[in-house]
Amino acid sequence: MQREWMTIVTHRSIASQTYLLELQGSLPQFVETPGQFVHIQVSDEYFLRRPVSIADVDEERGTFTLLYKVMGKGTAALTQKQVGEKLDVLGPSGTGFPIEELTTEKALLIGGGIGVPPLYYLAKNLRERGIEVTSVLGFRSSEDAFYIDKFQKLGEVHVATNDGSLGTRGFVTDVIPQVVSYDTYFSCGPTVMLKGVKEQLKDVPGYISIEERMGCGVGACFACVVECAEDGDAKGYRKICSDGPVFRPEEVIL
Amino acid sequence: MIDTTVDLPGLQLKNPVMPASGCFGFGREFAQFYDLSHLGAIIIKAATATKRFGNPTPRVAETASGMLNAIGLQNPGVDTIIKEELPFLETYQTPIIANVAGSAMEDYEEVAAKLGDSMVSALELNISCPNVKEGGVQFGVDPELAYSVTKRVKQASDKPLYVKLSPNVTDVVTMAKAVEDAGADGLSMINTLTGMRIDPAARKPIIANQTGGLSGPAIKPVAIRMIHQVRQAVNLPIIGMGGIETTDDIIEYLLAGASAVAVGSANFKNPYICKELIDQLPDALAAYGFDSVKDVIGGVHL
Repeated sequence: MQREWMTIVTHRSIASQTYLLELQGSLPQFVETPGQFVHIQVSDEYFLRRPVSIADVDEERGTFTLLYKVMGKGTAALTQKQVGEKLDVLGPSGTGFPIEELTTEKALLIGGGIGVPPLYYLAKNLRERGIEVTSVLGFRSSEDAFYIDKFQKLGEVHVATNDGSLGTRGFVTDVIPQVVSYDTYFSCGPTVMLKGVKEQLKDVPGYISIEERMGCGVGACFACVVECAEDGDAKGYRKICSDGPVFRPEEVIL
Repeated sequence: MIDTTVDLPGLQLKNPVMPASGCFGFGREFAQFYDLSHLGAIIIKAATATKRFGNPTPRVAETASGMLNAIGLQNPGVDTIIKEELPFLETYQTPIIANVAGSAMEDYEEVAAKLGDSMVSALELNISCPNVKEGGVQFGVDPELAYSVTKRVKQASDKPLYVKLSPNVTDVVTMAKAVEDAGADGLSMINTLTGMRIDPAARKPIIANQTGGLSGPAIKPVAIRMIHQVRQAVNLPIIGMGGIETTDDIIEYLLAGASAVAVGSANFKNPYICKELIDQLPDALAAYGFDSVKDVIGGVHL
């Protein structure tokens, strides 16, 4: 993990309140696994950094792509940053999906809202390894949806929207039963969605990526901890920013 | 050549800059950014008698010029800290200050006694954490309790004892005098100010604990004022903290009467901050005509 002033090479809106930010510098070459994130200092005005997951890496251009949603004043200020400006970025951070260790043949990816982005870089990595990918993507409405075409290039895609304006009306958990064949699932999204997925797929091996308000983002401040579910675990907790954000569902209490 | 050394009870500091307790874990995470031997000292995360999970999440919220936190003294317990964390820190040429926390008088004594037998150079007595319901801060807002706990911890350990004062009091000088009378070797000030934020859309507090401790530049003027007041009234050396981000901030603290400073939540913004401030400090002192850190301490003109 390092700190770098990275150059903004692309910055545009891709869905309602959702932006694509492509940053160039040396940090992209240090990305180890899909599911890692970076910690962005929006400006001096905003005291805490904002964690944003890495949606794609382009090694040739020396860039990574981040997708973020406007959640408050800090992310709203971030939308004002122009191409060519530099941004204070710390990363790559966290422990992502253990791509090297997988014995998966057919992967089920389940993403909700702004939890979808890290699954895109995961999907590309899985396909490179010859693993079949089926994606279930959930959004609030068609206006909030993004990257569906990009996922479709990598495999079968099922979409759910809360208002039914695109795909199936409902949640990702309403669509998962439509997928016939998979041996491992990979999920990222709001905690309430992860809980539902964990319960629905309790007999399937999986990995989940958790979001939480962070302080330092390096594992020192204990702001973003999650309780460990394993009996007799010496620590009794996991740090989302450094031990995670990706965990086995049975490892943590959501 | 600017002399940045400072000698305090139990602490021979090569420079006056150290990370504040709770903002630096046990050092491991920051060792990837720079050599911890550069630091004047390291104040490690609070130790309690047994392991604590801490508060529910969310535990942090941003504020204007700062942040609220309510971690709740999460730590693996004093025995594990001594066994698994201190050996790593021992490999660096930097004095360690252990932060001692507890709920009851006996907890403080137990933790202090155990750390008294360890390699740490000094203890920081945490009677000012606003984020634990049972005990903790009550010792920091009542001068008689502060006197008692300080006295008993002094008896439990031979290590120099710095008492960390709470700003959540009407008169900080009374508190400082009480712990001085009880035998404290120094003061650490200030801990966070209790605060609260509410999410208008959810109509709920942002922090799960409802309230949290305010830190960052927002509290610096409060800390400077309190250190200045206490410096006039007691003879104990003070480690100053609260919103330090620049060398000017450090000089301001020293002028107010601090003998050394701790950098807290700025470590979250910039993990290299302590090293950068240490590197910049000699030139910053020279720019104001100081030959040494000692020249600055308490040097405010009134």
